[in-house]
Amino acid sequence: MQRQVALIKQSLLDQGYLDEQFMELEELQDDANPNFVEEVATLYFKDSARLINNIDQALERGSFDFNRLDNYMHQFKGSSTSIGASKVKTECTMFREYCRAGNAEGCLRTFKQLKKEHATLRKKLEQYFQLARQAGPKETARRPK
Amino acid sequence: MAEVMRSETLNISNNTSSLASPELLHVLAVDDSIVDRKFIERLLRVSSCKVTVVDSATRALQYLGLDGDNNSVGFDDLKINLIMTDYSMPGMTGYELLKKIKESSAFREIPVVIMSSENILPRIDRCLEEGAEDFLLKPVKLADVKRLRDSLLKAEEGVFKNIMHKRELEANDIYSQLKRAKI
Repeated sequence: MQRQVALIKQSLLDQGYLDEQFMELEELQDDANPNFVEEVATLYFKDSARLINNIDQALERGSFDFNRLDNYMHQFKGSSTSIGASKVKTECTMFREYCRAGNAEGCLRTFKQLKKEHATLRKKLEQYFQLARQAGPKETARRPK
Repeated sequence: MAEVMRSETLNISNNTSSLASPELLHVLAVDDSIVDRKFIERLLRVSSCKVTVVDSATRALQYLGLDGDNNSVGFDDLKINLIMTDYSMPGMTGYELLKKIKESSAFREIPVVIMSSENILPRIDRCLEEGAEDFLLKPVKLADVKRLRDSLLKAEEGVFKNIMHKRELEANDIYSQLKRAKI
């Protein structure tokens, strides 16, 4: 089962959902703090749900305050980077480019894609953490040798 | 609290080490991102630092007692050895916080490190010119934190050694004076 957990993680890395930063987070886990990464992920999804909501509302208003949108996305990109959410981070970068170009159409399109990536990552990580908890703390808390 | 924290071996004169306790740095971390706060707190704990985390520059100033209100805690009890702050924060930025700290006679000696997700050279220059100890690109690495910690501990050790050396010189001076007096 522990091998299964490792394989899932490797596939998330290989497919680009997660990057090296996720591994760095796992390195910070120990026996006293075996769920650190899951705790960070929980905070991330809670916080990013709030940002998504804010951006949705801002876009729905149709006023396209690009500065404000860029500001939200700066926060979103920041936390996505800190957790290693690679694909989400890429969408954030694209969204910001469209903001700077004042391209409303591009923003809308990118945001749709971003929400998709975000939802996919959330599901995959939920599966991963659930499996990791079942597999037992010791093996998954450390980087495989 | 200051008395409990201060090691007896360092209690040698007015110029004691400012370490919160032997070998333990107390770091004040400032970041408006909840994810980054959790992350930096963990990095610092893993590096054996005592950590206080706040979510804004305003709160940081409140904690330090620099917001104009009366100090609830004296400076001695705070014993902050390092401040690590995010650059881009709503309200007061990390840069503005840096300036306020460097303007304060009580806290200007505390090293301030700026963290930012953006690698903007003029920004980095501005921070360093204003007296920032270092500028770290996010995501911050454990190696960065350990390097900071080690250099600060070394500096504290240097202060301690200087104090011991000074004490030695003073002791020798008194001894020579006594010797001369006897002759």
